[in-house]
Amino acid sequence: MKQTTANFINIGERTNVTGSAAFKKLIVDGNFAEAVNVARQQVENGAQIIDVNMDEGLLDSKAAMRTFLRLIAAEPDIAKVPIMVDSSKWDVIEEGLKNVQGKAIVNSISMKEGEKQFLDQARKALSYGAAVVVMAFDEQGQADTAQRKYEISKRAYDLLTGIGFPPEDIIFDPNIFAVATGIEEHNNYAVDFFEGVRMIKENLPYARTSGGLSNVSFSFRGNEPVRRAMHSVFLYHAIKLGFDMAIVNAGQLDIYDNIEPELRERVEDVILNRRADATERLLEIAQKFRGQKGVEQKKDLSWREKPVKDRLAHALINGITEFIVQDTEEARLSVERPLRVIEGPLMDGMNIVGDLFGAGKMFLPQVVKSARVMKAAVAHLLPYMEEEKKRTGMADKSNGVIVMATVKGDVHDIGKNIVGVVLQCNGYKVIDLGVMVPAERILEAAANENADMIGLSGLITPSLDEMVYFASEMERLDIRKPLLIGGATTSPAHTAIKIEPMFTKGPVVHVLDASRAVGVVSQLISEESRGQFWADIRDKYTKIRQSRSGGQGKARVDLAKARSMAHKTDWASYSPPKPSFLGVREIEADLATLARYIDWTPYFASWDLVGRYPMILEDDVVGEAARSLWKDTQGVLQRMIGERWIKAKGVVGFWPANADGDDVVVWADETRKTERARFFTLRQQMEKTNEKGQFALSDFIAPKGADYIGGFAVTAGHGELEKAKEFVDKGDDYSSIIVKALADRFAEAFAEYLHERVRRELWGYAADEALSNEDLIAENYRGIRPAPGYPSQPDHTEKKTLFDLLGPTEKAGIELTSSYAMNPPASVSGMYFSQPEAVYFAVGRIEKDQVEDYARRKGWDLATAERWLRPILNY
Amino acid sequence: MTRQERIATLKAASKERILILDGSWGVMIQKMGLEEKDFRADRFARHPGQLNGNNDILCLTRPDIVTSLHEQYFAAGADISETNTFSATTIAQEDYKLDEGAVWDINYQGARIGRGVADRLTAQNPAKPRFIAGSIGPLNKMLSMSSDVNDPGARLVDFDQVYAAYRQQIEALYEGGVDLYLIETITDTLNCKAALKVIMDMEAEGKEKLPIWISGTITDRSGRTLSGQTTEAFWNSVKHAKPFAVGFNCALGADLMRPFIAEMARVADTLVAAYPNAGLPNEMGKYDEEPHETAHELEDWAKEGLVNILGGCCGTTPDHIRHVADAVKGVTPRKPPERSKALRLAGLEPFELA
Repeated sequence: MKQTTANFINIGERTNVTGSAAFKKLIVDGNFAEAVNVARQQVENGAQIIDVNMDEGLLDSKAAMRTFLRLIAAEPDIAKVPIMVDSSKWDVIEEGLKNVQGKAIVNSISMKEGEKQFLDQARKALSYGAAVVVMAFDEQGQADTAQRKYEISKRAYDLLTGIGFPPEDIIFDPNIFAVATGIEEHNNYAVDFFEGVRMIKENLPYARTSGGLSNVSFSFRGNEPVRRAMHSVFLYHAIKLGFDMAIVNAGQLDIYDNIEPELRERVEDVILNRRADATERLLEIAQKFRGQKGVEQKKDLSWREKPVKDRLAHALINGITEFIVQDTEEARLSVERPLRVIEGPLMDGMNIVGDLFGAGKMFLPQVVKSARVMKAAVAHLLPYMEEEKKRTGMADKSNGVIVMATVKGDVHDIGKNIVGVVLQCNGYKVIDLGVMVPAERILEAAANENADMIGLSGLITPSLDEMVYFASEMERLDIRKPLLIGGATTSPAHTAIKIEPMFTKGPVVHVLDASRAVGVVSQLISEESRGQFWADIRDKYTKIRQSRSGGQGKARVDLAKARSMAHKTDWASYSPPKPSFLGVREIEADLATLARYIDWTPYFASWDLVGRYPMILEDDVVGEAARSLWKDTQGVLQRMIGERWIKAKGVVGFWPANADGDDVVVWADETRKTERARFFTLRQQMEKTNEKGQFALSDFIAPKGADYIGGFAVTAGHGELEKAKEFVDKGDDYSSIIVKALADRFAEAFAEYLHERVRRELWGYAADEALSNEDLIAENYRGIRPAPGYPSQPDHTEKKTLFDLLGPTEKAGIELTSSYAMNPPASVSGMYFSQPEAVYFAVGRIEKDQVEDYARRKGWDLATAERWLRPILNY
Repeated sequence: MTRQERIATLKAASKERILILDGSWGVMIQKMGLEEKDFRADRFARHPGQLNGNNDILCLTRPDIVTSLHEQYFAAGADISETNTFSATTIAQEDYKLDEGAVWDINYQGARIGRGVADRLTAQNPAKPRFIAGSIGPLNKMLSMSSDVNDPGARLVDFDQVYAAYRQQIEALYEGGVDLYLIETITDTLNCKAALKVIMDMEAEGKEKLPIWISGTITDRSGRTLSGQTTEAFWNSVKHAKPFAVGFNCALGADLMRPFIAEMARVADTLVAAYPNAGLPNEMGKYDEEPHETAHELEDWAKEGLVNILGGCCGTTPDHIRHVADAVKGVTPRKPPERSKALRLAGLEPFELA
């Protein structure tokens, strides 16, 4: 039902002189300015298409159509939506088509005058690039029974597709006729309509259905409440059968569940033709409702006597702003913090709105009204929350920056605004770009604001595709920020199946509702929890994908086979040299030396300046920004080195080692008798079409004879955070970020510098190597230095083994967090392999057989293994 | 070859490689420093008012220049060259007071000249067939935009007048032998729809079916056409003509045009074409982007599978086209996506009922 409702299209009926006396008067009087406002109100109230009809005897209909369409073309608020050009006269329709630049709908054509005229008009509509509404009307007259509605539609469908008319551009109007007229033959009209819709939707692929809703209640003219009830009940049943769109007064649709029960039952009897006396029974009670003004039911203020919580919910569901400020204030005074009003009764009310909408019992225009009420309530609370923030000193602190937007083509922002407010109340800085925001603008803002994450919202189904596209843009532009997905039309399944696969460089998280937003955002913001949270989400989505695809992941070879296909290292022609020392040494380096080893490309990338250094400085697009940053960075760099803001410390060690299957045994000494430690490695299990074997890091250590493994951990983070904070406290966030980004670069440079020394002297397996910094960056050296937690060994816990051997916590002040992240953050660790055949590879996804094997080797239970290997599980 | 055989060749080529359109004509003609007499020749010797600047009239008064420009662009590697008829409609030529006969002749002769050059070069090297696109420009009067700031409903022309003007131009181009129609630099989609209706009507009347190439103009980074449509809304509004290709040209350099071409590549289930300006004009109104710079950017698009046809607009020269043609040689052209059938409408923004 959720999909159906979200897809149901409201076509605004008020710009129709045959349906609106007020609009007719404006047009006849030549008051086009006010008439344009009617169109605007329709769009504001949720009309997704507007119907324009000028069929009035007093008018030059062609001229009125032309004038009105030209005028609304100048109003972007109105012209954004498509036009339905409505007339019973073809020349008026054609005049309309000559004045619409977008793709319009013709309402309508039919076979009333025979096939030839029908097809002529269809061809013309096609040559103007318009879709058509086809009335169920033929030479014999209008179709009243379900069978005739379908037969005429089928005949028209075959004729139209026969001349190449796109079936997706055909909309059938199977005639909504008045019921409860007192004429017995009319009693089944609504049921016939429903059945006609069902048959059309089932048998005529891609065709749509539409109708003029107000006809059905024609016999209750003057009794608005009954008419509205009839409209709601009619739509409630029609939409279930696939009814796609209706011409309605977009501001006035009642909620099915809110119709007074007795009235609803009797209306339902009439619409569904459930009993012979249905009309009489509806007439009996109809008088009671006459004169009431729709849902607001101003006479019935009994809801005002309920508790404030219920009053707020009532106001939200019914879109009543009248008492919202006083109720919100009353609620505020009853709780300790203004935020609690939002989190509590207002959110509860909005949840009911969401549920009703999802169940097809509320429609878009009503939801828009609810949002208006919500906004009014929040607007009342904001000053109090600001005041509270100032009082509690939270004013300028931000836990993180979230750029949020409703995606291009979608106007829905309730959920997003609530999420925004809730996040702000929790100390996050929220940059809300509003609605209908194209991908480029969101990405630009995320870059400019250095956002921690991006939140996309959408209500309508096309927004889903936009989100998929957005994710692919993030992937393409290498924007490694979490992406939050929310809004009524989104789902964990869609996010898992369609969005997440497009974006691998950061977490993609579906946020079910605003109440979950804070939890999600805080876990993504925290470096402590982000990795695990991301892994969990990925795991969850992988599982959804697998269950949806009905099968397993990509085919993998089993572990035994992978091992039999292991990379065959040629040990015969390589004897590893003995390192210059065994055991661990502390190492320090001066910043001036390390600065020469900095790879600047990622530095610019960390500022979202994409391009290779040094070419980036001359780049057409980002060159200017890059040069300016470069200049400022050099200034900070000089002081950083000269005044020793940070200290580079590290440890490096070598040990005798031999491979034992997929493990690497680290011996206590050269006698190679006592096992000091054991590294566990993971083997690729991917189906390979090339000659390469299935790699594991253990392949690069000799199974017997004299071989060694090295390890290192370095940091450039001591002093960094203090210095960065100093800048922030002075209000200089810019320099603060430069300091942090430089510290990261120094840590990487330290690893590069140390690796070079290892190759040339400390291990000395490439003593005569002479490589430029460019070569180093391009990894044109022999041997590798993979790090646990990275693609060649995705298990972060191996860092623990490395740290036990190296002791960097005592010697260099580098700690491992409970998630095996290094602190200070500007730290790098890894293992050294000297074998010339050693390459960086990605283990990729692995099968359960290897996970079980790995768990056994590491002395874990399966659940623990799965927890740490979750990102690479292929099941 | 008959025209239908040439069209089949064009379609086959478009599947194999990225096709190359020619570059700017204006900048080349400007460089020649022509004088009033070049624009007049004998035929317009006593024509009232100035004709200097009416480049299209050179089809009649200096056919040698038009021939030479086709030749230069083809020599640079272009597969397709446009007729010199961008402004050759009765509406646009009102400024020069040219009558219907002269406008017809410009289009007809423009097509003949191009045809002659293309056929000659194709005969010389059948492995590199050359095609002529009939250039159909945007008109200087718009159907969706007000002509009077005080009256949003004011228009200087109506649909029927625009239709009539395009009808005359398109029929002359057709008779003159163009291989395809290129409706370009579209600032107002309704003007474009009038031209599309002309073509669809001509086909319905029994004329040969020629490929249609629709090229809009996004005016700035807002991502909208001058008449306010977004990329997808624009596509939804013109896709009924089942065009051979759709895309954008003019107003922007390649760097700024990219997101809109990427968007078009996503929504359009037909070939995507782009011919941006050589960057943005400098203070002097000149374009500074060097040929290798243009080529560098467009090569990226090609490699990312965004485009099927590339060329140049304002400020580009045969040298630019040569660089672009060289850069994308051997690159696999974009494969148009299969899109699900759905009711897709448009106002200024797209509408989809999936």
